Amino acid sequence: MPESIALEERQRHTARPLDPNNPLEVVAPGTTFETVSEQISSIVLTRKTPLFWWCTFGFGLFLFVVFGISIAYLLAKGIGIWGVQIPVAWAFAITNFVWWIGIGHAGTLISAFLLLMNQGWRNSINRFAEAMTIFAVMCAGMFPLFHLGRAWIFYWILPYPNTMTAQPNFRSPLVWDVFAVSTYFTISVLFWYIGMIPDLGTLRDRAAGGFKKGFYGVLAFGWRGSSHHWRLHQTACLLLAGIATPLVLSVHTVVSFDFTIAILPGWHSTIFPPYFVAGAIYSGFAMVLVLGLPLRAVYGLHNLITVRHLNNCGKLMLVTGLFLAYTYLIEPFTAWYSGNDFEMYTVHNRAVGPHAWSYWLVILLNVVIPQALWFYKVRTRVVPLFTVSMVVLVGMWVERFMIIVTALDRDFLPSSWSNFVATFWDNAMFWGSIGMFIVLFMLFVRFLPMIPMAEVRELLPFSKPGGGTEK
Amino acid sequence: MNEAGVYGMVAEFGDATTLVEAATAIKQQGYRQMEAYTPYPIKDLHEIIPGSNFVPPIVLVGGLIGAATAWGMEYYIAAIDYPINVGGRPLYSWPMFIPILFELTVLFAGVFAFFGTLALCGFPRPHFPLFNLPEFSGATSNRFFLCIERGDLLYDSESTASFLQSLNPIGVWEVEDI
Repeated sequence: MPESIALEERQRHTARPLDPNNPLEVVAPGTTFETVSEQISSIVLTRKTPLFWWCTFGFGLFLFVVFGISIAYLLAKGIGIWGVQIPVAWAFAITNFVWWIGIGHAGTLISAFLLLMNQGWRNSINRFAEAMTIFAVMCAGMFPLFHLGRAWIFYWILPYPNTMTAQPNFRSPLVWDVFAVSTYFTISVLFWYIGMIPDLGTLRDRAAGGFKKGFYGVLAFGWRGSSHHWRLHQTACLLLAGIATPLVLSVHTVVSFDFTIAILPGWHSTIFPPYFVAGAIYSGFAMVLVLGLPLRAVYGLHNLITVRHLNNCGKLMLVTGLFLAYTYLIEPFTAWYSGNDFEMYTVHNRAVGPHAWSYWLVILLNVVIPQALWFYKVRTRVVPLFTVSMVVLVGMWVERFMIIVTALDRDFLPSSWSNFVATFWDNAMFWGSIGMFIVLFMLFVRFLPMIPMAEVRELLPFSKPGGGTEK
Repeated sequence: MNEAGVYGMVAEFGDATTLVEAATAIKQQGYRQMEAYTPYPIKDLHEIIPGSNFVPPIVLVGGLIGAATAWGMEYYIAAIDYPINVGGRPLYSWPMFIPILFELTVLFAGVFAFFGTLALCGFPRPHFPLFNLPEFSGATSNRFFLCIERGDLLYDSESTASFLQSLNPIGVWEVEDI
């Protein structure tokens, strides 16, 4: 009876907590409460650390040492070791800052915004995406800090009673940035940690004993999964998600204000906040995939990070990439429509000036190549998706560089024009920050649960009362 | 076992369905001091086992304190303590105060949410009496427990145990309060 089979099939699908029209599972069949707990906690507690981990960690550590040397040399010599001068006083450091902080935004988007939207599929990827956010913000924070020149008196930018009787100017976007980035970092850490407490409880209870049990026991604060605690925990997570969602938009908006409040042609534009936020989420999803795809392969997480996740991340990249393409179109249009010579010259300088390579590279890497994401086969296959993600990460870095340098190097007065050439230390500091990111991320993967076990359990079909049993 | 040194009577159930059924039955029997321990949140339990939830007001208060702090700080510094005259523009330039106002509202609300939740949960409390039960370590992985606490007026070692046995549990244990 084909009709009854079809009905049965439909009922089987509608009994699931997910979109019944989507044939792709968010958690592979055969996953139970016990297998999730064992699979994730064994990575931390019992399994041998894979060679991949040691190689990546070692590579990251090497670059991290380069970072340390760069900072030491910078503190000894001053920022003259970089290629910055007047008028290009912002170059690699601010590019790196904007790039790193943008990468963080996808993590918050996944953990907060998709939680509010009740998107169950985000459950299995939100933990490492949120960790990515925290480490990316840490890397980002390094650059404005050391760009200050005298980094040891960075606290002068904070309002506090001091013997100089001076105070920060609250009308400056650079001061807003200090508040925005430090708030973003704090909220990200708190949100990440509170979400992790139940999983730390799992690790405590599964640890064989001794030091590990004590270590995770202290971190778990005594979590025991009582229904009263779950109620408070769920409310807190939802409220944190609710405040983190506007926060993530505000942070990159404030970052874009660093540029757009200035009167410089090429910066002074109202499209900058959405332009920056779209680019941030674009590069962030690319980083989620660049991190998630190798983890999935090395740790065998195919049942938790499924084809559906890859497909969804690919779609979100495509959408934010199209936002970005729109702003690329609107920028020259606005310049032309304004009738302002300086605005039009900036567009001209970007397209054919000394840094024209960066402009055309941005168009190629951020607009042309990612159109491959229209294809299902690109979005769901590991190698093409990883390649496109890497392309986007590079493209977004070049975009930040292009925005900053091509606006600064040729401003109003030709007599003050100059060019920017990166030095060895510019590059060392950039690659060093990647090392710092890799080291922190690898330590996270080794010592903390990278997939939220409790939230994955909620996705299983038998998790709801009346949903049957796993046994 | 002497009832004085007892934390409560714990029963384990096989899945969320039987757990929720058992919790309903226990409530109908008249027990009030009951708590469920599950490896993931089960929304149905929140109705059966009611409890206070002061997280939202704490977050609201935190946000309001953050907003007031930001506004007061910005007004005091920009208009009174360190006025900067920029071409005669107003010192109380409130539109420029909004970004920091927003950030500090979020910061305070988030910090209050985190520490408020920890405080309401009674954390940190690394040890808990139920941890004495070896089976209970499964409560954070794949096992479902209900506990009737000794403070309940109906609590009685024998009758409570036999009542829990009637709910078809996997096991029933009386746990010491250490």
